[in-house]
Formats: sequence, C-alpha cells, structure tokens
Amino acid sequence: MTEIKFDQALKRLEKIVEDMEGGELPLEDSLKKYEEGIKLARICLEKLDQAEKKIEVLQRSTEGVLNPRPFPRDENPPEEPG
Amino acid sequence: MRSLDKGRSRPKVYTVSRLNRRIKDLLEKNFPLVWVEGEVSNLRRPSSGHLYFTLKDESSQLPAVIFRSAASALRFQLEDGLKAVVRGRLSVYTVRGQYQLIANLVQPVGVGELQLALEQLKKKLAAEGLFDPRLKRPLPLLPRKIGLVTSPTGAAIRDILQVIDRRFGNVHLIINPVRVQGEGSAEEIARAIDEFNRMEDIDVLIVTRGGGSLEDLWAFNEEAVARSIHRSRIPVISAVGHQIDWTISDLAADLRAPTPSAAAELVVERKDELEERIIGYLKRIRTNWKYVSDSARARIDEILKSYLFRDPARLLQPYQQRLDELVSLPPRIIRHRLQLQRERFKSCRARLGSLNPLAILSRGYSFTTRAKDGKIVTNVRSLRPGSEVKTRLHRGSFTSVVKKIEA
Repeated sequence: MTEIKFDQALKRLEKIVEDMEGGELPLEDSLKKYEEGIKLARICLEKLDQAEKKIEVLQRSTEGVLNPRPFPRDENPPEEPG
Repeated sequence: MRSLDKGRSRPKVYTVSRLNRRIKDLLEKNFPLVWVEGEVSNLRRPSSGHLYFTLKDESSQLPAVIFRSAASALRFQLEDGLKAVVRGRLSVYTVRGQYQLIANLVQPVGVGELQLALEQLKKKLAAEGLFDPRLKRPLPLLPRKIGLVTSPTGAAIRDILQVIDRRFGNVHLIINPVRVQGEGSAEEIARAIDEFNRMEDIDVLIVTRGGGSLEDLWAFNEEAVARSIHRSRIPVISAVGHQIDWTISDLAADLRAPTPSAAAELVVERKDELEERIIGYLKRIRTNWKYVSDSARARIDEILKSYLFRDPARLLQPYQQRLDELVSLPPRIIRHRLQLQRERFKSCRARLGSLNPLAILSRGYSFTTRAKDGKIVTNVRSLRPGSEVKTRLHRGSFTSVVKKIEA
C-alpha cells in the first residue's frame, strides 16, 4: 500500500469538506465521502504525532564529514554572546 | 648653484626637483597628521587597488589618495558625493608637482561606517534581485527536520530549546555549529547553510543568533551569508538578535522572525494549528453527514406516513366505482342488448344454413362416391365399366354398377 503524504491527505480532506458542505451530493456519495474523510483525518493526525523529539549537533570528523551526535543539554548558562 | 652677478645678493635658483623636494619636506614636517572634512569627488579606482579622489568644499579642492592596504581596510565603499572626515598626512607628488593628502582613515559624516556599508550592500543586493518577494517560499506544511545554523553555546539555542520544551514540540533539530561573530564567521555561516542543503530531508533552516550591537551582528549583514541564503533550496528563516531593524540575512531569507524564540514558535505552532484544523474538519464532516442522513430519514418517514401507504384500499376505489356503475345498468337496456345479440345469432344461423352443401341435394343434385374407397367422384377417369359406385340423393342413397363410360 503506497503511503499517502501528509500534504496530499490534508488537501483531499479539505476537498471532501468542501464537497460535502456544498450540499449537492446524492446520499450514497455523501456516505462515501464521509467515510473517506474520517479515514484521511485519522491518517493526518497519526502523521502529526509520528515525529519524535530529537536534538542533535553536527560534528566534523577528521575527514571533514559531518555526523550528527546528541546535543548535550546542560544547566549552565552560555559563556559567549550570541 | 651659480651666481649671476658679482657683489649683489643673488637669488637662489632651484632646480624644479630641488624645489619640489623642499616643499615636500616642508609640508610633511608641518602636517604629519591632519584631519580634513570634505566631500569625495572624482573617485578613480585603478587596478592597482589604490584609490584616487578629490576632497572638496564649496570653494576649494584637495587631491587625495588612499593606498591599497588602507583602502582594503575600509568597511564601506567610497563613492562620489560622500561626505567624510579623512585622516592622513600631507605630501607632494613631485613627479607632477602636486601636493596631496595621503589618507589612511576615512569616516563618513552623519552616519556610522558600518551603517553606511550596510546601506550600500542592501542597495547592491536589492538591485540584483536577492530580496525579491516573489522568490520567498512559505514554511513547509509540516516541518519535521529542522536545521539550525547558530552557536552551540549562545543565547539563541537556549531560547529555542526553551520554546520547544514548553510547547511539547516533537521536532527533530539538527544544529550545525558556527561562530556568529568575529573574523571569518560570515563564511562559516554561509558554509553551514550550504552543508545543510547537501543533506537529506531537511524541511527548513533557521539561521539565528542572540542580541548584540551592529558590530556583533555584522556577520549576518555580509554578502557571503546573503548569497548562500539565496542559493538555498531549503526555505530559510532568519532570526537575528532582538531588534526592529532588518539585517541583510533577514531581507534575503524566506521568512524573518524578530527573535530566535519567535522562530521556534513559528515552527511549533504549525503542528498545533494543523491539529486544530484537522479536528475542525472532522467535526464538520460528522455534522454534515448527520444532517444529510437525518434529512433522508425524515423524507422516508414522510412518505411512509402518507395516505397511500396507510390505506392501500384507496388505490382500488376508482375501479370499484366503475364496476358498480356497470353492474347497476337499468334492465330495459339489458334486454335490448340481449335482443340485439339474438337477432345477430339468428341471421348468422340462416346464412350458415344456406351455405350448407347438403341443402343443394334438395334441389335434385346428387353426388357419387366409389364403393371401394368412398371417394367422391368428379371425373369419369376414376371409373371403369364394372366399378361399383354409391349415389347419395336428398333422401337416401343407392348402389349401382357402371355400364358405359362417356367422355
């Protein structure tokens, strides 16, 4: 199953709201759109929650390659301006 | 030196070089350091790197030169019309017999040199279209991976992290650490932006530092930073200091935040906003569906309640009525109709009777059949003398034997 992207899912959800509130739909179409809308809303909300919190800092290796490392969070105030 | 006359005091006769050298000595000794205010004009920049110009006021002019080493230390561009205070020493260019000011410091009048430099660079980059609003891209819908170009120990990162913590933002922050002031910091910042552009999946960049003087923030006003922001295919938010004025990075970026915290809020807000929006849509489609299905149900109920469904016998009523009408016709009319039917019947019977083939026999006709097979004879060829035949009369029949055939 191809994963729908967040942007696309949201756009389709908006279109469904527009179509349903337009008032011109026959009953079966309303039902179909209702069901699809619920599904899309669920997908969007899931994707919103998916991201995890991560703070990293890039370090340059001797070869000049940049590697992410966890960013140390300490209580000390910064010594330098900026 | 030659004497022209004997006895009388002779005037000294200089060579041109000698005189010029003397004037030069005089001037250099008496004006080793002088400050002059005037307007720059007649600016020339030969490829040597030295700058030649004229300082003037309303009625007078002074030729001046800044040699290359001093010229490269200037933080702004000299331009014609610039009012400046110039520090230098007087000398003479003996080759041309021209006295001049050899300048080593130029300060603009009425505006700081950094300020002037800033204005000049803004103009130049604006003219190139780097600040064109049409180039500015919106923040991505859902920023998940965020690249930060800032000092790892500065106030900016601390403020940003506070916002992330407070708002429960689950974002993935990647910091590319740079110096945010000092020699070479602009180049570091520019390089960091380029490096992020070579990485995968970064949704947005935040280029930021905490507050400070114009001098402190200077790196964010440099051309190198502006150009790398312009090159970046990842949208860039610039959040420099806590000030009202816009730095060049602010102008070149896709989005500007007044402080690092504000930049973090922009990003985290996104998620909350989106969540609200989606829940809003969910409510709306639920409401809409309920309305539609309730309306449909109401219509069905209406129909079921209508008189037709309650009393189907009413459908038959018109037919009943017709039937009653027919059944209740007056007897006279019925009798008349019967009479007509009888008469029709009688005349049919008579016609049928007259068409009866047996009626012909009463007029004297007869028909003959062969005894052997009972077939009616119409042709003598079917007979031979001696054949037995039967003849049917009106009343009765008889059998006979054929004596003679006549063709």
